[in-house]
Amino acid sequence: MLRGRAFKFGDNISTDHITPGRLAHLRSNLPELAKHVMEDADPTFASRVEKGDFIVAGSNFGLGSSREHAPLVIKMAGVSAILAKSVARIFFRNAINLGLPVLICDTDNIDDGDELEVDLGKGTVNDITKSNQLTFGKLPEVMLRILDEGGLVPYIQKYGDFKL
Amino acid sequence: MGKTLAEKILSQKSGSDARSGDIVIARVDLVFAQDTTGPLTIRQFQACNLKRLADPKKTALFLDHAAPSPNRQISNDHRLLRQFAGETGCLIYDVGGGICHQIVAEALAKPGDVIVGADSHTVTAGGLGAFATGMGSSDVAIIFGLGKTWLRVPESIKIMLSGKFSRGVGAKDLILNLIGNIGADGATYKALEFGGDGVKNLTMSQRFTVANMAVEAGAKVGLFPTDGTTRNYLKSQGRIDHYQPMSADNDASYERTINIDLAAVEPLVAKPHNVDNIAPARELKGTKIQQVFIGTCTNGRLEDIAIVAKMLKGKRSHPETRLIVAPASPQVLLAAVQAGYIHTLVKAGAIILPPGCGACLGLHQGVLADGESCLSTANRNFKGRMGSPEAFIYLGSPATAAATALAGEITDPREVA
Repeated sequence: MLRGRAFKFGDNISTDHITPGRLAHLRSNLPELAKHVMEDADPTFASRVEKGDFIVAGSNFGLGSSREHAPLVIKMAGVSAILAKSVARIFFRNAINLGLPVLICDTDNIDDGDELEVDLGKGTVNDITKSNQLTFGKLPEVMLRILDEGGLVPYIQKYGDFKL
Repeated sequence: MGKTLAEKILSQKSGSDARSGDIVIARVDLVFAQDTTGPLTIRQFQACNLKRLADPKKTALFLDHAAPSPNRQISNDHRLLRQFAGETGCLIYDVGGGICHQIVAEALAKPGDVIVGADSHTVTAGGLGAFATGMGSSDVAIIFGLGKTWLRVPESIKIMLSGKFSRGVGAKDLILNLIGNIGADGATYKALEFGGDGVKNLTMSQRFTVANMAVEAGAKVGLFPTDGTTRNYLKSQGRIDHYQPMSADNDASYERTINIDLAAVEPLVAKPHNVDNIAPARELKGTKIQQVFIGTCTNGRLEDIAIVAKMLKGKRSHPETRLIVAPASPQVLLAAVQAGYIHTLVKAGAIILPPGCGACLGLHQGVLADGESCLSTANRNFKGRMGSPEAFIYLGSPATAAATALAGEITDPREVA
């Protein structure tokens, strides 16, 4: 069970909002890069987010670049899952590959600051603040297995190959 | 039931009867990373204890996003990539060697290939009929070691093209038209497959421009069939043996079909801060522009530079507008020198950059100031993209960029003789 507060964002949050190209020189210094997470969407996010919190977004979250540093700095900030109406393809795959759950659900009724509880096994989001329950779609089997192992690197360390 | 181009390629590379919605494991013919994604790729490769590359000749590193390096940290990243190439024997294109997607197009991609790059604009090679897609560093690291990856076979959207562009209109306007129509997530997880009589009227350079921006509609790939134009292009690159006919079956099944008459497309611009925020260039007259940037994997090829040089010949760019031109590869740069385009552009006030990506992603060489506006031939106008979250990026064709550089404000290229 994951529990934390919702940090609400709108539609089309790009990888440039999450970790812009101007910080490319910090990509081999991840603790420093992570201090700037989501800077161009909300400059106060990095200082307010706490371990377990959720990013709750509208549609097409993570569009743009293939930079895996985007989900990586979100994970390093302590975010336990991303909830969005839809997620761009490469970001989706990258997040799962890092063991960061991405849950596709209708986020319209979740507000900034709501207390949420997520049950990954059952596929439910409980908005404690609103006493409202949501369900999210199931991942493809191959992504579930990667997520279960904590990401693609531990998955390959364990299996040495893809198992469909 | 026949197959789409995506289903055909993935069937061949997975050794199975691949249909949209299936998950397959496909052999990868070319895998690459660049200097901002490569260091993490190498670290993930090492973390998996994958000591050897599946095939060094099918693995490439490109030092193009910061070329040459603007600072110590990136210089150290470049050193890491060079060391890895030295140890593993993979291909390496060092600083000045060109933008990865342009080099893949010129020298490496073959029709029917599966190509994966740690860069979202890997889709560019779809112009040659290759199933080319971007992934992150972990996925690419695994392909480095295993030579294969898992893929969900995408549903395809068919884009039926007819007719010819009218004067002053080009491939950039076509793809902006399509993205404006279906939206920045209109093709998420899907393939865009281009077809129809209009395809034969698109040059290879134009097909690369269109395929390049498929990802701006969320697409996994943007695929063109191959034809005489593809064959001639490969021949011009000394690679005629890489040609093979590629087309979708006539009875393939598509999620939907969109028809576009090229003659009806007009010069378009994507306004800040989303690529699907489209307006006709003529409606943006009066928008002052402090920097015009011509280049990138979208529009940094010889044809693009030729359009700009012809429009600027004997003229000067506007005194309050910086004009920056970055040819996409050494081949493009040399051809532009030989054709006299570079001479024309420098006389017109242009700054010529080495082949690379720096300005497009706000890394160096053309970073915008707060409050400034740029008209760029690149593919993205997200907030903060060119270095300042307080700047404004408009995307347009090379012709629109040239007309804008002359006027100092966004200008429909049909207004310039």
